[in-house]
Amino acid sequence: MARDMSDAEIMKMELEQLQKEVKNTREPVSKSAKEICEWVETQSAEDPLIKGVPEDKNPFKDKGGCIIT
Amino acid sequence: MSELEQLRQEAEQLRHQIRDARKACSDSTLSQMTAGLDSVGRIQMRTRRTLRGHLAKIYAMHWGTDSRLLVSASQDGKLIIWDSYTTNKVMRRSSVVFSFILRYLSCCRFLDDGQIITSSGDTTCALWDIETGQQTTSFTGHTGDVMSLTVCPDSKAFVSGACDALAKLWDIRDGMCRQSFTGHVSDINAVCFFPNGNAFTTGSDDATCRLFDLRADQELMLYSHDNIICGITSVAFSKSGRLLLAGYDDFNCNVWDTLKGERAGINTCISFTLKSISALFQK
Repeated sequence: MARDMSDAEIMKMELEQLQKEVKNTREPVSKSAKEICEWVETQSAEDPLIKGVPEDKNPFKDKGGCIIT
Repeated sequence: MSELEQLRQEAEQLRHQIRDARKACSDSTLSQMTAGLDSVGRIQMRTRRTLRGHLAKIYAMHWGTDSRLLVSASQDGKLIIWDSYTTNKVMRRSSVVFSFILRYLSCCRFLDDGQIITSSGDTTCALWDIETGQQTTSFTGHTGDVMSLTVCPDSKAFVSGACDALAKLWDIRDGMCRQSFTGHVSDINAVCFFPNGNAFTTGSDDATCRLFDLRADQELMLYSHDNIICGITSVAFSKSGRLLLAGYDDFNCNVWDTLKGERAGINTCISFTLKSISALFQK
């Protein structure tokens, strides 16, 4: 773990990782961002925080209170 | 030139290359693409229940799969399981002691019924077999305390956020770090996967949340405001991912429109700092 390593050992570890990551393939932002938007659109109708929860289906809605007369 | 200096220069060169490769993919921005999208409108939330019982700071909570029970963990050494409908305590347990880790445990998530993944202040993450109590895999690479982790919906990978300001994507099977995400300028305290598993959000001491995309290998959106100067301690998405809920050190929970980057609502907690958010209705 990094706590027990010398500065040189940490540098070497970081360098090896960078050498791996520089080879990663990357997709255009336009493509992945579009997919995120499309995903959200298909799921929004089922998102209770977006469409709300009908009163009668909301288990957290306050029940009618008691009135003491 | 010393060996250290040589290594440093090589590393800088590779970082530049990666930066250039990311820029080459940056043919648009999420903001540009959602410019014409209707705003999500003002999100107002109401406190429905207050669960009282812990005697000290609550550091973490999580909803059960039935969306009714939830568990909370406190500095008082107790785990409490609550029925959120009635606020009754279903179970109270002294925290079970798993003394596997030499430094503090910052986050813990079930991978499945038999395995958990942990993150630690010793800069590593680990995969554990619950039955044997043995560490199956160690995930090393961060150079700062790892503060949080989030498991990918497909259970093949997870993302960690650490005090080295990096978020890392790990392959659970072979223990290797596949990607490292730069952008934050201070400790990352919280991470959460986007529901489709292709992106994740982070919350940091630098007062910003960010959305990172796995396939573009870069930041897609920054969630910040000049008025917001305190750190984020917890983040969660709503079921569709359209809303990003973030808990801040100033007792607020800000609700962000994930796609447009605008704030959609603010909820103030009167007396405590939000340490943990777990959005209901995830299933």
